[in-house]
Amino acid sequence: MEFVESAALVLGSAVRLSVPLLLACLAGLWSERSGVVDIGLEGKMLAAAFAAGAAAAVTGSAWLGLLAAILTAIAFSLVHGFASISQRGNQIVSGVAINFVAAGLTALLGQAWFAQGGRTPPVQGDARFQPIDLPGEVAARAAGGFGRLWSEVVSGHNILVYLAFLAVPVTWYALGRTRFGLRLRAVGENPHAVDTAGISVAGLRYAAVVIAGLLCGLAGTYLAIAQSAGFIRDMTAGKGFIALAALVFAKWRPVPAMLTCLLFGLLDAVAIRLQGTPLPVVGPVPVQVFQALPYVLTVVLLAGFIGRAIPPRASGVPYTKDR
Amino acid sequence: MPIAPIPDAQVPALPPAIELVGIDKRFGGVHANRDIHLTVDKGSIHGIVGENGAGKSTLMSILYGFYQADHGRILVDGREVRIRSSADAIGLGIGMVHQQFMLVETFTVLENVILGAEGAPRLAAAESRARGLIERLARDYGLTVDPDRIVGELSVGEQQRVEILKALFRGAETLILDEPTAVLTPAEADHLFRILRRLQAEGKTVVIITHKLREIMAVTDTVSVMRRGEVVATWPTAATTVERIAEAMVGRRVLLHVPKASSVPGRTLLAVEGLDVRDGRGARLVEGVTFDVRAGEIVGIAGVAGNGQSELLETIAGIRRPSAGSIRLGAEAIGGLDPAAIRALGLAHVPEDRHRMGLVLALEAWENVMLGYQDDPAYQAGVLIDGRAVRAAATDRFRGYDVRPPDIRLRTGLFSGGNQQKIVIGREMERDPDVLLVGQPTRGVDIGAIEFIHRRLIALRDRGKAILLVSAELDEIRSLADRVLCMCGGRIVGECRPETPEADIGLMMAGVAA
Repeated sequence: MEFVESAALVLGSAVRLSVPLLLACLAGLWSERSGVVDIGLEGKMLAAAFAAGAAAAVTGSAWLGLLAAILTAIAFSLVHGFASISQRGNQIVSGVAINFVAAGLTALLGQAWFAQGGRTPPVQGDARFQPIDLPGEVAARAAGGFGRLWSEVVSGHNILVYLAFLAVPVTWYALGRTRFGLRLRAVGENPHAVDTAGISVAGLRYAAVVIAGLLCGLAGTYLAIAQSAGFIRDMTAGKGFIALAALVFAKWRPVPAMLTCLLFGLLDAVAIRLQGTPLPVVGPVPVQVFQALPYVLTVVLLAGFIGRAIPPRASGVPYTKDR
Repeated sequence: MPIAPIPDAQVPALPPAIELVGIDKRFGGVHANRDIHLTVDKGSIHGIVGENGAGKSTLMSILYGFYQADHGRILVDGREVRIRSSADAIGLGIGMVHQQFMLVETFTVLENVILGAEGAPRLAAAESRARGLIERLARDYGLTVDPDRIVGELSVGEQQRVEILKALFRGAETLILDEPTAVLTPAEADHLFRILRRLQAEGKTVVIITHKLREIMAVTDTVSVMRRGEVVATWPTAATTVERIAEAMVGRRVLLHVPKASSVPGRTLLAVEGLDVRDGRGARLVEGVTFDVRAGEIVGIAGVAGNGQSELLETIAGIRRPSAGSIRLGAEAIGGLDPAAIRALGLAHVPEDRHRMGLVLALEAWENVMLGYQDDPAYQAGVLIDGRAVRAAATDRFRGYDVRPPDIRLRTGLFSGGNQQKIVIGREMERDPDVLLVGQPTRGVDIGAIEFIHRRLIALRDRGKAILLVSAELDEIRSLADRVLCMCGGRIVGECRPETPEADIGLMMAGVAA
């Protein structure tokens, strides 16, 4: 029973750690399935986290923080969209630029507005998203053992966690089972087919990057005022890039994306749990080994264990009528 | 084969399906369409022919809403319309089958057909509504294709049927097909023609854009000829001939067969003996091939594609290594040497696939003029390439080979097929080689350019050079070659005179001994 309880703790922590990855990964999925490569997930998440932290600190409302974060991330998305859809620029360059601008601007504005070394003031109460106890929480906790699986893994998370996992079936359905999804996937594979069918290529791609912005806004909010109690400089710490790795790993499909993000979250949780604890046989393991695992796994598995990961055919290619 | 119009004297004359009045379009300095007047009768199959760059595709793109005309009016069923987008054209019952298919290869046939015309926000509902209609259309018009197959797994002919289904699903009454047979095998093309006649019988109007005269004669009722952005002639197909159409396309009389004197063969310049070529897995591609080519003659190799002709050419050129046998160029044994060494000994090679092996399409044209010969001292300035010298040579070459447009700084991929081929042929012939290997010299080339290339090959022969010609066009082999070798299964199965009836050569190509 003690093992089940500590496993429940680690799993609960894995769920929480996987949420920003999952939201960013789904953001990348929407963008790239429409043919717009989004290497700026990291920057958008960071900018959103700052906006959430700042707005929550000033207004005292987590919801206003969320709104500010979403608007900020969408604004960055539109910049990326303007550069890569309207102006047909290089999508990698645009994404990298967004990452740099976000990193610099959040630190600069943070220092200018709050003078706390680039942080936003710590928030509490209604300025944060608080855990929600699902029915049966108390009973399950009291029961211990497998009851802890309910209370730690399923219950007791904030609203953004549930939204993130709800976004998976929504994405799956919207992309795979609706007219909008069909057109969006088509524009990522062969935009000429969409254009000759009389549908706007640019319109679909803008829709996709706006959805990506929305999801990055949720991810940033989660980091700043749900998981933490305020924005800290560079608090995304490469999660946007791990999300991209997860996206490739999941071959641009929503459900595998969720499983991949959970796996990466689990590795992270295990790394934290095992910090300083010697493993049987091998003894103490440096925490960096676990932190490196998502990247190592991605490289190893992509090198031949999950088959070829074929990106949407038109991704990264600006659309022009003439060939 | 002419097709009689539907006889029904009771019905008053219908307005034309499409009428273009004074259409004019410029792209920068290029006048792509000049004051075009064109009438397409309802229920007819109307062919539009012209060489590459004559403005056919631009005209049809205007009709399909891809471009807007600078001037002019479009009438559909007698009513003047504005077509600002593909959606407008679709709404007016105009469907287009592009030369490069506009299909999503990872989607099923059904998904491709409904894309953009789903009719319901939920796919499941859209698909079940569409399925019945698609099956009915497929049955009515002989467009057999499984709606649940993935498009990327279909043959080219089947993909084209999906494109036609797409147009019909959107209610197309007029179907435009852009170079529909360019990618089809002859059997698939015949199938397509049957479908088009079915469409016509059901009252649809068909416009075919092409530069192939065979299909114009085979399937159209009316033919319009375009040249340099203008419609220069329109005839009922039954009332004209291939020669007249060709003349109108090119603007002068064209010889579909270039006359030549009988050859006076001299000494042997290329001798191949017992040549074997194997692929990486050890399978024999060329087996025991022995022949020679003498000065002043063209030897043609006939055969169904994939019977070792390509590998034979590549081996003589040094791109592949022979596994047995000898190749002699004059007195030198060249088997196993690399291509540069072989070129230096006086052999030039016009490869079969000019895009893959003959040119770098992304380079400017003058760079391709020196490609393969860039080490020539005439092109060197110290350790650098003497750009000025190369460009001067390229300008000369363009003039000599009538490459159009005569702009040596243009990206090579922007030239038409025929002009690209002239760049390759010019580059190889200007070296004054003793032996010239030529693969598919006129594949994808306009008829005007075909005549030009044939004349050049014959002129080279008459200068006492040896030419080995491989072509998929039996016509071309019979009109150029002095001797014909037939290849089948990697072997030479027979030799004959070019006057031998086509059917007999065909039997030999199929491996039936003559």
